[in-house]
Amino acid sequence: MIRQSLLSATVAAFLTPTAAGIAFAATPEERGHEIAVEVDARDLGFQDSRVAMQMLLKNAEGETSTRELWVETLEVPDPEEGDKSLTYFLNPGDIEGTAFLSFTKILEPDDQWLYLPALKRVKRISSSNKSGPFVGSEFAYEDLTSFEVGKYDYKYLGDANCGGMTCFMVERYPLYEDSGYTRQVAYIDQQEYRIVKVEFYDRKDSLLKTLDATDWKEYLGQYWRAHKLEMVNHQTGKETVLVFHDYEFRTGVSESNFNKARLDNIR
Amino acid sequence: MRLGSSMKRTILCLGTLCALAAPIGWAGAEEAELSGSVSAELRFFPKDPKFADQDDRHFAPSIAAEPEFRWDARDDLRLTVIPFLRYDAADTEERTHWDLREANLYYEGESWDGTAGLGKVFWGVAESRHLVDIVNQSDMVEDIDGEDKLGQPMVNVNFLQDWGTVGLFVLPGFRERTFPGDSARLRGGLPVDEDQTQYESGQGKRHVDFAARYAHYFGNWDVGVSHFHGTSREPRFVTVSTPDGAALAPVYDLIDQTGVDLQYTSDAWLWKFEGIRHSGFRTSDSFYAMVGGFEYTLYGIADSDADLGLLAEYLWDGRDSGAPTTLFDRDVFTGMRLALNDVQSTEALLGLVTDTRNGEMLLFAEAERRIGDSLKAEIEGRFFLNADSNSPSASLEDDGQVTLRLNWYF
Repeated sequence: MIRQSLLSATVAAFLTPTAAGIAFAATPEERGHEIAVEVDARDLGFQDSRVAMQMLLKNAEGETSTRELWVETLEVPDPEEGDKSLTYFLNPGDIEGTAFLSFTKILEPDDQWLYLPALKRVKRISSSNKSGPFVGSEFAYEDLTSFEVGKYDYKYLGDANCGGMTCFMVERYPLYEDSGYTRQVAYIDQQEYRIVKVEFYDRKDSLLKTLDATDWKEYLGQYWRAHKLEMVNHQTGKETVLVFHDYEFRTGVSESNFNKARLDNIR
Repeated sequence: MRLGSSMKRTILCLGTLCALAAPIGWAGAEEAELSGSVSAELRFFPKDPKFADQDDRHFAPSIAAEPEFRWDARDDLRLTVIPFLRYDAADTEERTHWDLREANLYYEGESWDGTAGLGKVFWGVAESRHLVDIVNQSDMVEDIDGEDKLGQPMVNVNFLQDWGTVGLFVLPGFRERTFPGDSARLRGGLPVDEDQTQYESGQGKRHVDFAARYAHYFGNWDVGVSHFHGTSREPRFVTVSTPDGAALAPVYDLIDQTGVDLQYTSDAWLWKFEGIRHSGFRTSDSFYAMVGGFEYTLYGIADSDADLGLLAEYLWDGRDSGAPTTLFDRDVFTGMRLALNDVQSTEALLGLVTDTRNGEMLLFAEAERRIGDSLKAEIEGRFFLNADSNSPSASLEDDGQVTLRLNWYF
């Protein structure tokens, strides 16, 4: 019984970006929304992807711990629905074989199932734990679910320099329930519309975390993916680094793999 | 290091996608993987045993191994072999045992899959009692909580449809329930004499059983309906004589069991129900049984990362005195699960099952924490309180135990 709520999370097609001209909108809110729509639009049509991930957890004393997993994402074309994702754990050994299936929604709670290999048990789990840490890391569940325009209200704050590029600074206000944030400030590069940095403000509106997305590569001539995500918690000094290997796109994965009936045979 | 090879292998092959995943330059679909765990365990029984013929040592050390071998012969075909072995210094007669938890071939098609060999399945949603889960026999010598299961010979085919999944099971061959040795702790009032096991079916343990299950989800509802026909996994007992005195012989009747399991998931609430209709014990009428309740989780308690889950379930069982006795006839389960959500995945569970009629209580506590990347320490305690002298727990009341376990994963 104890093994039940070990973990869960979805690392979907998140923090993914893209480019095109944006007409000047009337208000900062409209402009912010337009930029978010463009970010989303540039990622449309990837169909499915699969990536291996290494997660490095560091505490304030510099001690480290690692996790290995892979994530498969199936794009759901309907704009009213979010993507489907499958997360599978390889390491540490005590959670090897654990699999997590998530059907992302926009504002409704996601549908999520967790497979616990020790009991061979598939369990539907609550998805209201948005702000909790994902497997002990500095990433909250809500940081890892797929980006959908309708999840936030937006406000364009201005332009800023970001690692040699010019970025839009767009403030996002979560609209879904149970968020741990009052707001986030996203830095989006004006060339490719990639989210290259996000600052997270906690429920007391204090700066909590900063995410830096680097090591970008372009796939299929249009889909940009970061291969390194560094999340620093300013309040605890802890840090989590995600390193992605070998993205694959359009693997032809069938929708039947994203089925709770198959969770016990993922490998 | 296992890291490289197992990651490559797994990425390479997820059922039918392997063919298209190949261009990255990996060798091919044929990949084998060995993983698993080894554990050292110490069971401590604070009290002296209740019966004179039971071993009066208070400490029972044991070691166990459960290697897992998997070979993807093709993109859509996998061989799995998972043996289990335990050596128990205090119960070399029965708890020192081995089993094949799994030894099967799995084929995965687009809209159907199949398993042939020794397999393991779990059905149901409840926490305190698994009523619906009937395919696999319990390995009671491992632990009397029934969570450990023996590998079941099966041919299983699942059909995945838009309207749900239908699973059909042909179960050729029966696994007898395991019981502690004649002088072991947790054996109950009389030893079990497995040499005198009786079957209703003339084919004995070679009787072929059948099961079917439909499962799906509808919005926030997860639904399962199942039926089983065959040899009861739960035996009745009759008293028999042996050269060493009286003993209990298991009697396995042919039974039918229809089960329903439901879960409604909303925000932090999980509402659960399992119900069965059972018929076939030759000494009793058919009966119904159910377990239902909720699990509610408080996320991020006291401004921390920790979650606290509150669990409560009501257990009811309508069987008459001719059926095997159950501890869970009119009981209430309450529990708390604490997850620190830290790097070591520290978790703890505290539970209490109370009989509403005679006040008997079963108290259990579990805690676990990862150490480094490949070790995990566990501590468990279980005690019988307030035992009624007419109830089966009376014979177990002095076998309360504390278990320490260290698992190494490779």
